[in-house]
Amino acid sequence: MSVDKNTVRKVARLARIAVPEERLEPLAGELNGILAWIEQLNEVNVDGVEPMTTPVAMTLPMREDVISDGNIRDQVLANAPRTEDGFFVVPKVVE
Amino acid sequence: MTDLTQLTLSDAVDGLKAKTFSSQEITQAFLTQIDTSNETLNAYVVVTADKAMQMAKASDAKLAKGQGGKLEGAPLGIKDLFCTKGVRTTACSNILGEFTPTYESTVTQNLWDQGSVMLGKLNMDEFAMGSDNGTSRFGPPTNPWRRKNSNVKLTSGGSSGGSATAVAADLCLAATASDTGGSIRQPAAFTGIVGIKPTYGRASRYGMVAFASSLDQAGPLAKTVKDAALMLEVMCSGDKRDSTSLHLPVPEWTKSVGKSIKGMKIGVPKEYRADGMPEEIEKLWQQGIAWLKAAGAEIIDVSLPHTKYALPAYYIVAPAEASSNLARYDGIRYGARQSGDGSLTSTYETTRAKGFGAEVQRRLLIGTYVLSAGYYDAYYLRAQKVRTRILQDFEEAFKQCDALLTPATPSAAFGYGEKGDDPVAMYLNDIFTVTANLAGLPAIAMPAGLDAQGLPLGLQVIGKALDEESCFKVAAAIEDAAAFKARPEKWW
Repeated sequence: MSVDKNTVRKVARLARIAVPEERLEPLAGELNGILAWIEQLNEVNVDGVEPMTTPVAMTLPMREDVISDGNIRDQVLANAPRTEDGFFVVPKVVE
Repeated sequence: MTDLTQLTLSDAVDGLKAKTFSSQEITQAFLTQIDTSNETLNAYVVVTADKAMQMAKASDAKLAKGQGGKLEGAPLGIKDLFCTKGVRTTACSNILGEFTPTYESTVTQNLWDQGSVMLGKLNMDEFAMGSDNGTSRFGPPTNPWRRKNSNVKLTSGGSSGGSATAVAADLCLAATASDTGGSIRQPAAFTGIVGIKPTYGRASRYGMVAFASSLDQAGPLAKTVKDAALMLEVMCSGDKRDSTSLHLPVPEWTKSVGKSIKGMKIGVPKEYRADGMPEEIEKLWQQGIAWLKAAGAEIIDVSLPHTKYALPAYYIVAPAEASSNLARYDGIRYGARQSGDGSLTSTYETTRAKGFGAEVQRRLLIGTYVLSAGYYDAYYLRAQKVRTRILQDFEEAFKQCDALLTPATPSAAFGYGEKGDDPVAMYLNDIFTVTANLAGLPAIAMPAGLDAQGLPLGLQVIGKALDEESCFKVAAAIEDAAAFKARPEKWW
């Protein structure tokens, strides 16, 4: 499978990264280099093999469904680029 | 008095307890070294001098009363990947801006709880993606080691290059680091020090800036095997805030150091002879085998047939998980925002285009591609199945032996730009280390000799899951036999 300029444009859109038009072609080349190298995984027989989860089998821990944190609004907002009256400020999204 | 900064962590802890010197004295000694060296070596990206002296003063008060933790008063450096409350943490990426955590990572909290003193935050590849620290927003650190009769600047490796630089150049007693594909062990090998990645889940990932969650593990970089064991004992813990952390007792690994390896079976995997590997690495490996034999171990040839697929599998799994993890950097909740044309989508896209460096963007695009509709089974799922194959290889090998001995890296430290701009050539740095991440196994790198150009070379010991003890025992036997005392000549 190889990617072209249009695929890079689409993937960049999905990844929410602005890629200038003139970078699409060179990026397609770089990604194809990596993808071609990755292709060798197709040589491995993985019939009946489960995907890896962990080397140490364990049960995911459960806990009571109770609130264990909160009331830290100012801490949550402390690093925001823009805030107002205890809220994040975002670009206008509704006309 | 001897130069306090040249002490091992274990000796420094003993000296502090015996009141041979105070924490304020040793902390000041490190701050003075950092002050004169950091402009050249660029190991620290933040120096927390005032905080360090306050912590040292508090430690001295405890030590005066005969109290204190396992690392009381010992000055350490912290990789910029660990969130430190009130101290800027950026994973050396522009996208985090001046992010200053309002909470502490579990690993660093464990260190403070045992009395350590924080000197500052250490340089690294952006989001730990790299093998030479060339992707740091602050520019790379410089390896204190140089080739004989050369002043070419060499890399300390990556991603924990700042941590390795600081330990090798006596700018801290030991440092925290993290390892997703070799980011502790490769820098250890490049700078003549010791680094261990424990079994996946031993250390909590809470408060560690995430790269690839199924591979990321914290571990120490230190001057000796015993120091690494001491650091790891304190860093590890089960943690209710990381559901993948293991709720198991943390062994006293320092007690493994110096134990006899007589009768241990050490596997030597034939697949770790990489094409084009310098003869010196092969020679070092043979030397390591001879040392272990002399110490009474039995050497067994083993096979790990899926080794060659480890790196390609890694370059699916790691970018895929990174593309999910790094989706959080949207310029809205924290970090640096760029507005673009003012719309929401443009804000996201411009923030991320300007905030992420070229290598991070490349990996996010790969990760997004392999996870995109229709490709999940062909790439990510297949790679996770190949991981199982790699783990099965290890499980087979460990039926015949207790631990494996391999080279740590395919070369000694290299100069910036010597690898060219082919990303795959850079990825091959991790060829011997990445298998342990994919299989979740503990692995330690320790110095074993110098190459013809006078640069350190390392060996690696890979253990069974949860058997860090064997790693420490074998590493200490090699450390003992190698008697590696070489230090970089101070030119900085």
